[in-house]
Amino acid sequence: MSLQEFFAMGGYAFYVWTSYGLTLIVLLANIIIPVAQRRQFLRSLSLKQKRQ
Amino acid sequence: MFLIPDPVVRFFHRMASPPHFYAFTERLMPWLVVIFLLLTAAGLYGGLYLAPADYQQGDSYRIIYIHVPSAWMSLFIYVVMAIAGAIGLVWRIKLAEIVAISSAPVGASFTFIALVTGSLWGKPMWGTWWVWDARLTSELILLFLYLGVIGLYGAIDDKRTASRAVAILALVGVVNIPIIHYSVEWWNTLHQGPTVTKMDKPSIHVSMLIPLLLMAVAFKFYYLIAMLQRARTELLLRERNAQWVKTMISESR
Repeated sequence: MSLQEFFAMGGYAFYVWTSYGLTLIVLLANIIIPVAQRRQFLRSLSLKQKRQ
Repeated sequence: MFLIPDPVVRFFHRMASPPHFYAFTERLMPWLVVIFLLLTAAGLYGGLYLAPADYQQGDSYRIIYIHVPSAWMSLFIYVVMAIAGAIGLVWRIKLAEIVAISSAPVGASFTFIALVTGSLWGKPMWGTWWVWDARLTSELILLFLYLGVIGLYGAIDDKRTASRAVAILALVGVVNIPIIHYSVEWWNTLHQGPTVTKMDKPSIHVSMLIPLLLMAVAFKFYYLIAMLQRARTELLLRERNAQWVKTMISESR
């Protein structure tokens, strides 16, 4: 199987790769969002403690 | 406690302590990520490359490797959320409340993925993006239940009260879970019947089944990772005035 054939997905490329791409985006967002929130919160706590 | 082995009891006792939970999940995280990535790599290689095309559906069926595990997760996470909520409701364990509410966005995401990938699979196979059949409609209701849980939690300022409200909503919504599962048997649906969970003989070839199961386990690990990330953030927000948080901050400077 050539690479081109693989990406063509037997003519269903749009449906298959949209599914996988969307899943990747949603799953990544679910990790990035809480980690970024926590980092920001930790930074603000640290700043507050420094001011005291 | 004579039914549960002692080390297990001690593990859960320790995990209910916020500083221990926070430190333990930090150490656990890289292991979970490595296992998740290995399982996903193996599952995708098996599913997208090794497994043959379906004799009826061609390559479009390959959506199954995310669609079905996501749909399973949408039910699994809901049950975990309801159980954790019930534990929080009865024993007032803060960590149980946090696990319950941290599960909701992950469950909602998997429900969303199951619905959208189902739509993207339905279009070429059924000729329509959406039908109001029992399986699709009950899964959509599940998404609304998750969103209801998230919205209700956000709407109540006192997070202990919010957790109790959310737990009750989640428990009431459990009634939807068997409806989703049995919908393809109880009603005549456009959605196909179960292929894997038929106990006598799964009607799927082993070269397709193995990657599917690998993806299902991979998504379980993903849930643990994403839920614990949210739980750690939520725990910090709730415990911001606790001594262990202050100590941790001053030590990290």
